[in-house]
Amino acid sequence: MKDISKSINKVDNDEKISGSAKYIADFVMDGMLYAMTKRSTISKGEIVKIDYPQLPDGYYIINHKDVQGKNVIKVIFEDWPVFTDKKISYLYEPIMLVIGPDKNILTQLLDSIQITYKEETPLFDWTDSVIDYHFDKGKGNRIFDQADKVIEHTYHTGYQEQAYIEPQGFIGYPEGDKTTLIGSIQCPYYVKNAVKQAIGEKDENVRVIQSTVGGAFGGKEEYPSLIGCQLAVAVKKIKKPIKLIFEREEDMSVTTKRHPSKTVFKAAIKDRKIIGLKAHVSIDAGATIGLSGVVLSRALLAVSGAYTVDHLDVSGNVFRTNTVPNGAFRGFGAPQMFFAVDMFVEHVAKELNQDPLEFRKKMLVKQGDRTSTNGLFRDPVLMPEMIEKAIKESNYLKKIEDYSKKGNYKGIGMSLFYHGCGFTGSGEKDVIKAKVKLKKDKNKKVYILVAAVDMGQGVKTTFRKLISHMLDIDIKDVIYHNPDTDFVPDSGPTVASRTMMIVGGLLARAAKEMKKRWNEEEFIVMKEYEQPDYIEYDEKHFIGDAYPAYSWGVNIVEVEVDPVTYQVDLKKAWSVYDAGKAIDERVVLGQADGGLAQGLGYGYLEVMNHKNGKIMQKNMTDYIIPTAMDLCDMDTFLFDNPYAYGPYGAKGVGELTLIGGAPAIAKAIENAIGKNVFKIPVTPEYIMELINHD
Amino acid sequence: MTEIKFTLNGKKQILNTDPNRRLLDVIREDFQLTGPKEGCGEGECGACAVLLNGQIVNSCSVPLANVDGQDIVTIEGFSSTKQYHVIKEAFAKAGGVQCGFCTPGMIIATQSLLSENPHPDDYEIKIGLSGNLCRCTGYNLIIKAVKTASKDGDGLW
Repeated sequence: MKDISKSINKVDNDEKISGSAKYIADFVMDGMLYAMTKRSTISKGEIVKIDYPQLPDGYYIINHKDVQGKNVIKVIFEDWPVFTDKKISYLYEPIMLVIGPDKNILTQLLDSIQITYKEETPLFDWTDSVIDYHFDKGKGNRIFDQADKVIEHTYHTGYQEQAYIEPQGFIGYPEGDKTTLIGSIQCPYYVKNAVKQAIGEKDENVRVIQSTVGGAFGGKEEYPSLIGCQLAVAVKKIKKPIKLIFEREEDMSVTTKRHPSKTVFKAAIKDRKIIGLKAHVSIDAGATIGLSGVVLSRALLAVSGAYTVDHLDVSGNVFRTNTVPNGAFRGFGAPQMFFAVDMFVEHVAKELNQDPLEFRKKMLVKQGDRTSTNGLFRDPVLMPEMIEKAIKESNYLKKIEDYSKKGNYKGIGMSLFYHGCGFTGSGEKDVIKAKVKLKKDKNKKVYILVAAVDMGQGVKTTFRKLISHMLDIDIKDVIYHNPDTDFVPDSGPTVASRTMMIVGGLLARAAKEMKKRWNEEEFIVMKEYEQPDYIEYDEKHFIGDAYPAYSWGVNIVEVEVDPVTYQVDLKKAWSVYDAGKAIDERVVLGQADGGLAQGLGYGYLEVMNHKNGKIMQKNMTDYIIPTAMDLCDMDTFLFDNPYAYGPYGAKGVGELTLIGGAPAIAKAIENAIGKNVFKIPVTPEYIMELINHD
Repeated sequence: MTEIKFTLNGKKQILNTDPNRRLLDVIREDFQLTGPKEGCGEGECGACAVLLNGQIVNSCSVPLANVDGQDIVTIEGFSSTKQYHVIKEAFAKAGGVQCGFCTPGMIIATQSLLSENPHPDDYEIKIGLSGNLCRCTGYNLIIKAVKTASKDGDGLW
């Protein structure tokens, strides 16, 4: 039998390389108008008065009064208005759309709308807790009674911007009674369900279509629901096609970002071992809660990292502040926690005068161990072999010994991590309830009908390849179009490293049935998500199996720090991953490079901060993502470890590859400068502070 | 309004328009060539890259007045050349394409680089691509693609 992992050329290469692939900005419709957003200029307060200019013919203003349904965006926690009515809770909060045929006139109109505010003192400190979680494992805090020593450290992580190269955008247009949106999105049904609620329409009267997506990384998970709703409200009223495309500056200052975090860790030490951990995580939601509770959960669940600790006391808070709302970003809470925990365990080992690598290896999760919530790591854990491979490829042992000698400013660091695949907890079973369809037509063509989008991660290729392998037919006879909610069932959002494992798993089940019935001329197979019966999770008390499967990773990063400027020069990176089974090896290697690049950027380069609620980085010029000059050679090795419910054994891969980058580079810098690192990004300024502070 | 003459993808064009308009807008709006993309609008990301007299420029940062009498080639025009096909195959083979938004710009950057330096080393490739941002690939496989193109297309540049 052919090995499915053997790479094929991606099916959308030609259209993307030639520039003929249509992204949302590339669409033009007859009589199309443009929309621009009028935003608040204060961080907190109330609108007292709005003075509108005389609108020329053919120009419109759309605000909260036009929202015929519920003026709130449907996401997990519903606290985000489509348009604010009065209350302003962050800078640049959307107040209205200004719509018309000429963008220059729209700009003038935006400037001439005068808004008077009653300003209040905005809150930027983390004091307004809106979510408070706590759980214990084993003896919880009581384990500290048995400790002969306690070690405590605090870790900080900053904002991170998804920085997809294609800014956010939609075109909305009427189709009879229907309001249709086409846009750059990860989750067609999130947008559809949000729009239904906002415009108060029946299911059949809202249609959402995905255009080619120019990168997303979580940034097009929930945010598009907001602008999609605004545009749908406008289309329903004006009944003309309207295009809303963000410019980069607008995109960067108003869209959701990775939550900044603070994690306080305490270790109970006995006989030079960690016998228990206490952790408290704080994250900044910004002005709306949205997905923040789920982000916090994912962070808390990963509290002991790739290690097993029998006694845990875990808590966390989501704080609301008068800043831009934060949201989904590849990793979803895990990058914050894996940075904190992997640094902490290393720091504890150093303080106990133990070899950090040996100390960590002894604590590694093994098959059959209990998770932080007393679930089970059921499947084989290959971390010891993976670490060995990474060590061998990178010559880690020799290098760490050489580089630990003072004054050479060279360093090497290793991170160990995992990612829980799919939605946290009972999300798949209770909330998403994914459905997929596979259709065979008279010409023996097979259509994949799912709502999972290709946003660059290669689903168009890997889904078609999966089905062609299972049915043993040519990939050309397997058809997959960009999802259109009029034609595809709700297979859930394209998030949480669930696409191949969950949606692909359902497609594989459908294909199995289709194969049996292949002689039938024309038919559809539908499959619905069924939770593996061993999975049980109590979301309220954090008890049980939070994820059906885990993907694992090891990153080793080598750096050189300039002794004068403290600039960090990446030399090389080595990665070893267990993502079950690659459906296409080259696709996975591409994910591995890109994920690590984002993780490394998060760790040392990507500075984003706000001053009085205003994001200080406006564009790619001052929000620095890695260029080809910044990055280094990256060698990646994949270990097969098939998961019973994934197609051909595939688990999640997209998010996994981002998680280890920050702790690996932070440790490499630590090794190079001989000082412990407690926050990311590790900028030259921070390195200077560490070196000068003894 | 000013009369601006230039060559676009091999055809002579005369436009009567505002000379301050961005070349990118003219290409996309007046000629419906949507291969060049707007990623940042300030010459940082390279998604809008085109060839100006054979050299890469960010079309979002070029006022139309500057191209009077010059030769412009976009990805659409470049895609009919032999060099394009070598570069295309190399990108496909290496796995250098993910979301695709930066890709036309990367192809233009590759052409611009190879036409100046047909056998670049890794460092020269990195410099050649450093004006084009990609958020998906980490550049590793794009660099591999450029190396492959340089080798497979030996003699073309």
